[in-house]
Amino acid sequence: MSIPRIIGAGLIVIGVGVGIGKIGGQAMEAIARQPEASGKIQTAMLIAAALIEGIGFAALFATAEAEG
Amino acid sequence: MRNTFLIKFLLLVTLLFVSKTFALDDTVSEGESGKDLKSEITAYIEHHLKDTHDFSLFSYTDKTGEKHHVGFPLPVILWDNGLKVFSSSKLHHGEAVAHVGENYYKLYHSKIYKTDAAGTITYDDKYHPENVKPLDFSITKSVVMIFLTGLLMFLLFRGLATSYAKNGSIPKGLGRFFEPIVLYIRDDIAISNIGEKKYKKYMPFLLTVFFFIWFLNMFGLTPLGVNVTGNIAVTTALAILTFIITNFTGTKTYWMHLFNPLGDSMPWYGKLPLYIILIPIEILGIFIKPFSLLIRLYANMQAGHIVVMSLIGLMFIFKSWIGSPLSFGLAFAISLIEILVALLQAYIFTMLSALYFGFASEEHDHAEAH
Repeated sequence: MSIPRIIGAGLIVIGVGVGIGKIGGQAMEAIARQPEASGKIQTAMLIAAALIEGIGFAALFATAEAEG
Repeated sequence: MRNTFLIKFLLLVTLLFVSKTFALDDTVSEGESGKDLKSEITAYIEHHLKDTHDFSLFSYTDKTGEKHHVGFPLPVILWDNGLKVFSSSKLHHGEAVAHVGENYYKLYHSKIYKTDAAGTITYDDKYHPENVKPLDFSITKSVVMIFLTGLLMFLLFRGLATSYAKNGSIPKGLGRFFEPIVLYIRDDIAISNIGEKKYKKYMPFLLTVFFFIWFLNMFGLTPLGVNVTGNIAVTTALAILTFIITNFTGTKTYWMHLFNPLGDSMPWYGKLPLYIILIPIEILGIFIKPFSLLIRLYANMQAGHIVVMSLIGLMFIFKSWIGSPLSFGLAFAISLIEILVALLQAYIFTMLSALYFGFASEEHDHAEAH
């Protein structure tokens, strides 16, 4: 792995981490405000997290396998 | 009662895990200089992630330096100007040339190539083999696991169905474990995303795909070394099914949303410049949805396997007393997380499929709300 690709992979992980962290944090706040809606909030949280994660993995694989 | 169950469960996980470590130990203990060891571990991990033509459980080198493989061969089915069927034991894990009829075949990086009696493989300047690759329909390790999972699911759910019919809808035995899961998929995945009216049609697919992915993910955590859901061909097939079902059950409203999203709210000359951009994006969206499904499942399972194998590999890189407990602890923790991920990925795949089916089967009764 060359250095630019390692930096790229790191940036991806930072971006995905910030994104999923924000979703998790906001979901916790939402559950704290409305505990009775926690089921729905969790579902929405998981879907949003999965979408971000999918993009993150796609980008990671693109950096890891760019040279084949 | 609860505690004994937990202890048994943890013991089982530990045992499974330990045997996985032994499997790695036998292959990488040979490395001497650091560089070789690293590339050997990488090669081992890559080999584990690939589909193979034989079901090998582990291999070891005995005192005389001879390599032994423990496992069983699987049938190889090739189409090469006629059907060629032979046992994969003829390929000797890529160490020998299989002689079938007038043709010779050789394994190179888990792919079968046609070659001559000496087994020469010619390379182009990028070090890719130039030999002819016959069409390969072999029953590989992944295919065996898919068959086994299918059989297991058939027997399990057939059995549950007869037990429910016999006992008058009262769950017994395994049914007590599976009933809440099935109900969860019906109530919280299918009904809440597709709607009370149409969810029934989609239930068989959603249940099948959920249990199929979940079981295969769990098999991937056992030391059998199967990586079926981490195989992009398998996830592609699953995503294609979702794609077909979404588009073939699409209602008029669904297609109107794609090709005429603004409806009658604007005259045609106002829509034209917008639609030049909107419609290609919507059409791309049809393909991006299943594509993201397949990439997510594949990448998650692949990444999980790589992480566990790499953490086990740490043991051989450290070469001191600190390596083993560290690598064991980390890999054990990640394995536990992987059990969660196995369920979560099955859930996400089912959930998003249901969401797409929900878009497709939408009826034209709340169009004003958009």
